[in-house]
Amino acid sequence: MTLDDMVRLHGSWLEAGTTEGPVISSRIRLARNLEDYCFPGWASEEENHAVWKQTAAIFKDMDSPFMNWSMSDTSALDKEILFERHLISQELAQEDDSCGVFVTPDERLSIMVNEEDHIRIQSLQPGLDLQGAWEVADKIDDALEAKLTYAFSPKLGYLTSCPSNVGTGLRASVMLHLPGLVLMEEMDPVINGISKIGLAVRGMWGEGTEAAGNMFQISNQITLGRREDQIIAHLEQIVLELIDHENNARIRLMNEKSLMMEDHIARARGILSNAKLITSGEALNLLSSLRLGLDLGKIDQFSRRDLDMLFISIQPAHLQKLENKELKPDERDVVRAAMLRKYMKSATNNSE
Amino acid sequence: MKCECCQKAEATIHLTQVLDGEVKKLNLCQTCAQENGIDLNSPISITDVLLGLGNQQGTEQSKESPAEFDLSCGRCQMTRAEFKKRARLGCPDCYQAFMGELSALTQAMHHSRQHVGKIPARQGNEARFSAQIAALQKDIETAIAKEEYETAAALRDKIRTLKEQVPSSESGGPNDA
Repeated sequence: MTLDDMVRLHGSWLEAGTTEGPVISSRIRLARNLEDYCFPGWASEEENHAVWKQTAAIFKDMDSPFMNWSMSDTSALDKEILFERHLISQELAQEDDSCGVFVTPDERLSIMVNEEDHIRIQSLQPGLDLQGAWEVADKIDDALEAKLTYAFSPKLGYLTSCPSNVGTGLRASVMLHLPGLVLMEEMDPVINGISKIGLAVRGMWGEGTEAAGNMFQISNQITLGRREDQIIAHLEQIVLELIDHENNARIRLMNEKSLMMEDHIARARGILSNAKLITSGEALNLLSSLRLGLDLGKIDQFSRRDLDMLFISIQPAHLQKLENKELKPDERDVVRAAMLRKYMKSATNNSE
Repeated sequence: MKCECCQKAEATIHLTQVLDGEVKKLNLCQTCAQENGIDLNSPISITDVLLGLGNQQGTEQSKESPAEFDLSCGRCQMTRAEFKKRARLGCPDCYQAFMGELSALTQAMHHSRQHVGKIPARQGNEARFSAQIAALQKDIETAIAKEEYETAAALRDKIRTLKEQVPSSESGGPNDA
């Protein structure tokens, strides 16, 4: 499968669209390094090349097929697509030589090579399923460890380039859609509370991104001194509490601010159906309102699956790939608005 | 005031840190500050802030031996200054080389200094052995606390037997470092 085909599909981890509620997806990341080489950011070109060659050979021999992109042979636009689909990090997208990514066709498992660490395993599952994501990551980790000697110390666990990941090398995270808490202006205390118990809140695309479209990623910060199952159970418990908070906020919105809510959703429909120019930030926020409307039963002509896919396909690189040409930011706003108008029209017609 | 690191140039950078209620000061010249990765213009990350904790320890030592500042990893040649500047280590051996600051750093970040999670299957025999001994030692402490001395003695004998079976793993005990 090529990226041209992929941009027309949504990553299967986004199938959460079929279930209602605030949870989008669950993710497990494992950081691993090879004993015999310096960490990628400090290693010589020869060392990085050797790691890349060695890992590429292992993936070639795997029973199940992996798609792969070497960053040196991947265009800037294609790297951006991989980033928008959560398959690589912004950091890897900026690199060229001796690094890349291996991805299963369903896009639920991706392994970055020579990012900050030699190996970064990422496993994504739709909905709240950290355990399922962990099992997939754990399995590929074992398969890689059978052929590679990891840097591991009995005391400090898996050794990583940054001490913030040492130990389990595990970052578990859950992506949540929390428009209720945002609209009730309760998100700030929630973020404060969460950061006090050793968890972090980030935007939709991870570190350093803002929470556009009311999408938030909640993840663990502590990686040492706790077992993987403890880290996962703790995060899951907090996520379940957050879901309760969000659902409560939605109920209060419906009870106390019903007219405001309906207005909010109706305006989102109005703009998405008629705008001629729209930035990705504005579009994400309006799509978030539709998603909320759908969850609350205020509208029913849209599918959650389509809305969730639009969150990705209105992104700059996806738009350009779908249009098959390079677009400047203001040109993108035109194309994005047209795409959204078209979707709104077809969704409304289908329901009639 | 002279720079505390090189003892030659005039100190122009004055750092103050409060650690456990104790105020500590470090006075450096521009060159030494830069060499030690103190960049006053760069944004401060959480790792940088926490690295400051390690830095504090380095400062105490440096008063006695300025050479400590040049500590580097024997395998990859990363210096302590570079580690602090990049907030990333150079190679797996750096964990050994910079053990002093890393110990304070991991304690501050993770509230722990001991891995208890997954152990790699192929290379983890030593780690599994250490984990087993550590668990038994903890059981002994619990038994002693409860004044169950017979249980404690039995556990101690178990540890002895285990250690005799694997005589080569003496060096990698969990309480090293």
